[in-house]
Amino acid sequence: MTSPKPAPPAVPPYADTSVRESVLRRIRNRPTTRGAAILLGVLVLLAVLAPVIAPQNPHDLASLSVMDNRLAPGSEGMNGMTYWLGTDAQGRDMLSAILYGLRTSLLVGLSSTAGALAIGIAAGLIAAQFGGAVDAAIMRVVDFMLGFPSILIALVLLASIGRGVDKVIIAIILVQWAQYARLMRAAALVERRKEYIEAAINFGLPTRHIMLAHLLPNSIGSVLVVSTISIAGAITLEATLSFLGVGVPVTQPSLGLLIANGFEFLLSGEYWISVFPGIALVLLIMSLNLVGDRLRRSFNVRGP
Amino acid sequence: MTSPLLEVSGLRTVFHDLRGSWPAVNGVDLVVQPGEIVGLVGESGSGKSVTGFSLVQLIDPPGEIVSGDVKFKGEDLRQASEERMRRLRGDRIAMIFQDPLMTLNPVLSIGEQMCEAILEHRVMSRKNAMREAAQALSRVGISSPEARLEQFPHEFSGGMRQRVAIATALLNSPDLIIADEPTTALDVTIQSQILFEVQKLSRETGTAVLWITHDLAVVAELADRVAVMYAGRIIETGTVDDVLDRPRHPYTLGLLGSSASTVNPGERLRQISGAAPSIDARPSGCPFRPRCERALPVCAEIDPAPEHDRGHSYCCHNPIPEGPVP
Amino acid sequence: MIAYVLQRLIQSILVLLAVSIVVFLAVYGIGDPIELLVPPQVSAAERAAMIRRLGLDLPVVQQYLMFLGNALKGDLGRSFVHGVPAVELILARLPATFELVLLAMSVAAAVGVPLGLLAGLNPESRSSRAIMAGTVLGFSLPSFWKGMMLVLLFSVALGWLPTAGRGETVSVLGIQTSLLTLDGLKHLILPALNLAIPNMALMIRLVAAGTSEAMSQDYVKYARAKGVRRKRIVGRHVLRNILVPVVTVAGMEFGSLVAFSTITETVFAWPGMGKLLIDSIYQLDRPVVVAYVLLATFLFVAVNFLVDILYAALDPRVKLIGEMA
Repeated sequence: MTSPKPAPPAVPPYADTSVRESVLRRIRNRPTTRGAAILLGVLVLLAVLAPVIAPQNPHDLASLSVMDNRLAPGSEGMNGMTYWLGTDAQGRDMLSAILYGLRTSLLVGLSSTAGALAIGIAAGLIAAQFGGAVDAAIMRVVDFMLGFPSILIALVLLASIGRGVDKVIIAIILVQWAQYARLMRAAALVERRKEYIEAAINFGLPTRHIMLAHLLPNSIGSVLVVSTISIAGAITLEATLSFLGVGVPVTQPSLGLLIANGFEFLLSGEYWISVFPGIALVLLIMSLNLVGDRLRRSFNVRGP
Repeated sequence: MTSPLLEVSGLRTVFHDLRGSWPAVNGVDLVVQPGEIVGLVGESGSGKSVTGFSLVQLIDPPGEIVSGDVKFKGEDLRQASEERMRRLRGDRIAMIFQDPLMTLNPVLSIGEQMCEAILEHRVMSRKNAMREAAQALSRVGISSPEARLEQFPHEFSGGMRQRVAIATALLNSPDLIIADEPTTALDVTIQSQILFEVQKLSRETGTAVLWITHDLAVVAELADRVAVMYAGRIIETGTVDDVLDRPRHPYTLGLLGSSASTVNPGERLRQISGAAPSIDARPSGCPFRPRCERALPVCAEIDPAPEHDRGHSYCCHNPIPEGPVP
Repeated sequence: MIAYVLQRLIQSILVLLAVSIVVFLAVYGIGDPIELLVPPQVSAAERAAMIRRLGLDLPVVQQYLMFLGNALKGDLGRSFVHGVPAVELILARLPATFELVLLAMSVAAAVGVPLGLLAGLNPESRSSRAIMAGTVLGFSLPSFWKGMMLVLLFSVALGWLPTAGRGETVSVLGIQTSLLTLDGLKHLILPALNLAIPNMALMIRLVAAGTSEAMSQDYVKYARAKGVRRKRIVGRHVLRNILVPVVTVAGMEFGSLVAFSTITETVFAWPGMGKLLIDSIYQLDRPVVVAYVLLATFLFVAVNFLVDILYAALDPRVKLIGEMA
């Protein structure tokens, strides 16, 4: 318990405990968030620059030396090259494989999120604007999609259409659009009740104009904020599908597939084949989550 | 004179935030004699509810009781341990809360919520506790009490729930009941029924009641004595007849003028100009000064100390002259 | 109450019908049903005979009704690989998945509820913050990665627990279980823990939020004013209030546990339904995949139905709404 403090100033600025809490939280979280943002930037940069900075092109089978397979981190290969993170069963340099894997993981995560956002925003906007039977039909489908575990839907879909980077992206779009549709519809419905939209309707502006020029830009914010965390979800889903062997093809391994490839050697103590790509994946997911959560709190948006 | 049941002096309860500490209760003196009904009156924000909770040491952070004495039957409650306070609460000092819709746990049966008030204080079988609970319910006019005990709060109306709360307060025959605006959320007919019952039960059982309200009409109907609270302190106290018929503090007079049931028919209601100061912006000197028609220069300088006049006391530099309400 | 149960029952049946239509369209509409349902190695004559027997030459609506009729009889096709009815194959793997899911759910509740209470009662304390930070990890790290790290730590590095398989089982009422042998339990610990972690995190969040909300309610202050001990306030007033959402979510999460068991079963080579699904996908054993989807859906819908009924039974306020509906 604190002792009574000196007499209060005559005109204090405000008295709101929730304001105080949020300020404290912001100060407390700032170093973590900043660290996460820097880490995320570095990871994205590494992925973009992978072809330039990677010591080896891991997709080019000719440059691999099978004699160098499963070398421990720091070993020197037949060609005099030092494998800082070791090699896998094909003699592939793990560092290069991770840089390229990061590229594939980010590519899938970003493009599937973009696709799911586009479909979800369109569906949510249409549902909110037209209401009635259109709304009911769209939302039934959304409820239906959200009622089942996404991993199962994606798994079964990929089982029937086969593996491939494009197919994984399609599968992730299919399981993720519904959450954006729900968020977008809720945000657009709130916006639609505002006076300026009513004024625009009374003014006789065309529906398309109201949707695209007013409703869309004013209600898209919360959906975009949530999508930051959902990129992490998409990357996790891709990694899981690839780990299960129905995701990206072996010719273009993502981090998840690299981890899967090393799994069998984990038990014999050759940890690096799985563990290093795993660390890269964890860092990517955690930094996206931390940054996304910070954004969500700053804009005061509820999660999906 | 018998020794008082409750004797409060210089009670200060503050709320802390980043910018400092704000006194919600700022030096309250209060006496409750055994068996009497005392009305504690004030506008919202005057600190009357915080006073009620401070008496039983139920102030949670960021609130804190910082000074003053609370003596209950001679025992200093501010020095009492938490376990000692727990034994007193609900047993010797019972409370009734403002909103009957919020105070009963929605997922526990009425019987369980009444029984626990007995079983946490006395060793007794559950069956006997249920019997006592049923008796208490019929005492406050609830029919077929045994069946009602099986029910859940949502099956009761607001008035019925408040009767349950009163019955619960009576379970252990307490010496004091602190009732925090218990009839505010109820409609007028049910309010007067409950006032009547509380008065009757207080007389029958010899239980003292501290009735916290913003409504002078309730006090006039119910209480023996009244204490008027403003900006964290008691600015006038005395018998109901003294204070309501011959107020000395301008604020009390203002309250009387703005209360519908204390004004004669045909007469216009008067409003006190301005608003009560918020907890973090109290003026220097007398806290009522900015709204007071009788303010003197001295009122801005010095906070008036209580003046005593045969059990009637008030804090004012320029009190209303003695005599009936003008 | 009866009206409420009936209403929920009809809703559940409608969802099942919708899924059966989606699956039917996926198999017969988008894909090539002959490829899906007729083993690739049969001769042309056999193929034609099977097409006739499966009714693939009939109109779509008639085909759907046939599909539905067979499904209701429990006939969802035969496994190409094992040559036995797909349903039989899946049901044989059901006990292994169920004991895994049940243990995971129990672990999640047994750990999650107390930790959530702790975090909810003192939200500002250091240990509460650590617990809440841990839940973020529990949520966001991929399940297969957590599983591998558990294997690396407890099996490879420490050598305490086996890495894979189900271990010794005993038969109880004709069902094989690992829960009753020491070896079986040793094999169960890691997969169950791995499956439990996200749910544990969810439980902690839910209970912590519910606890801090309940503690700020008037009924808690009123209970204190009645002189009720803290132990009883937390154990009865608060816990009874958060029981409703906890049971609801635990039930709803049952479905995702079954789904996520595919990952855990793959990491730990646990011979359950999920492992069967993955193996069937590898081996292009399509009838088993179709049967799995329908059975899993049936399971989700049935569990959600039971949860709703349980919810009504737990919350005294819900009954009234159900009766009025």
